[in-house]
Amino acid sequence: MTRFLSPLIAIVVGLLVLLGYFLPNNELLAGLRTTFTQWAVILAAAALLVGILNLLTVHIKKISAKEKGSFYSLLLIISLLITLSVGLFAGKDSSAMQFAFTAFILPVESSLLAIMVVTLIYAGIRLLRYRNDLMAFVFLITVLVIMLGTAPLPFVELPLVGSVIRPFIISVFSTSGARGILLGVALGTLLTGLRVLIGADRPYGGK
Amino acid sequence: MQTVPNLAGLTLVIFSFILLLGLFLLKDRVKASFRDIPAFRKFDQAIGTAVEDGTGIHFSLGSSGITNPRTATSFAALSLMRHAAEFSAASDQAPIATSGDVTLTILSQDNLRAAHYFAGAEQSYKANSGRLAGVTPFSYAAGVLSPIYDENISANILVGGFGVEAGLLSDAAARKQSFILAATDSIPAQAVLYASASEPLIGEELFASGAYLETGRAHLVSLYVQDVLRWLIVAALIGGAAMKLAGL
Repeated sequence: MTRFLSPLIAIVVGLLVLLGYFLPNNELLAGLRTTFTQWAVILAAAALLVGILNLLTVHIKKISAKEKGSFYSLLLIISLLITLSVGLFAGKDSSAMQFAFTAFILPVESSLLAIMVVTLIYAGIRLLRYRNDLMAFVFLITVLVIMLGTAPLPFVELPLVGSVIRPFIISVFSTSGARGILLGVALGTLLTGLRVLIGADRPYGGK
Repeated sequence: MQTVPNLAGLTLVIFSFILLLGLFLLKDRVKASFRDIPAFRKFDQAIGTAVEDGTGIHFSLGSSGITNPRTATSFAALSLMRHAAEFSAASDQAPIATSGDVTLTILSQDNLRAAHYFAGAEQSYKANSGRLAGVTPFSYAAGVLSPIYDENISANILVGGFGVEAGLLSDAAARKQSFILAATDSIPAQAVLYASASEPLIGEELFASGAYLETGRAHLVSLYVQDVLRWLIVAALIGGAAMKLAGL
């Protein structure tokens, strides 16, 4: 039964939401679109609880099997429970929650972003090992020119790089390339959506 | 209300829909001839090797989820995962999927379960094969590093809605000398993945994966429709530029 019901619900709701988006002056369709979108938000919020349970299950299993890195799993569970308790009892806007954000989450994520810099430099060096072709050389030279034109260099200022070459690359080559890619992505998005609407693609799984 | 853009959008959708349905009904009259994308060939080889070796396949589906404008990217990633999981479900080590959004986690579990069912390996499906790794982009990246390093993975498929944090994942996968297929819709992330992944997909190649991997006729036909629409856009751009030059 669900084999037919799930696609049917997905197709009908998808079509109504799409029509509600394109025909906002039609009160019935616009109203249905708002209602369905609100339902989706409520479902997504409820799904968060399932996600937390999934996270706990995965890490509890890791700890009980004494797998590699299980200490970090323990740390994750303790942090999760502490943050959850503080959020539930003190409120999400409390100073304790703000402290958790500014003292732990923000610095850790900023550190990961900083590691990215090193990772990308290493990836740039490794690129020629993966692809020893013209496009890889063009990519690396462009990166180098943009960086030289952007970064403040001590004692020296390269003529034309920051004032002419870098703006030219960004406004002509980079922008036109990005637009081409975005157009392709937009068409891909449109057709993926249509495949779901005709029931040919079923990302909601099922047997 | 923006009536003209809305009607233009609706016309484009209806035109694409008719084209998609028309070509779909033409069945075998539409023959496939696409340019070669080596990443897809190597992807099939990597899946085969993983199944033979008994090593794992890891699908990293990104953190964009299904309640925002990047939903189609997540759907394309799920479709690719489903296809590969059906081939590898009966392997000694079942495939795993990590995501940075709970709705995507649930869908990944559902798709993995269905893939195991179709592969006749329902008993080897584990509920924690589809995992939530973190709910912000960088916490997701940190959460995914653990399976990449610790779980005997030989193929990492980084496909979905990523940002630049994807660089951390592809770097970790490269250190483990595993196969990396990477694709996303974000332009900065594509630049990062071009530099760091062995097999990156650029632009809309992610959305062509279904056609290249022969997951179904609808994927093949939709790629044709994409090409038709692309040529129409090219014609419109050139026509617009010519009209502007002519002072119209």
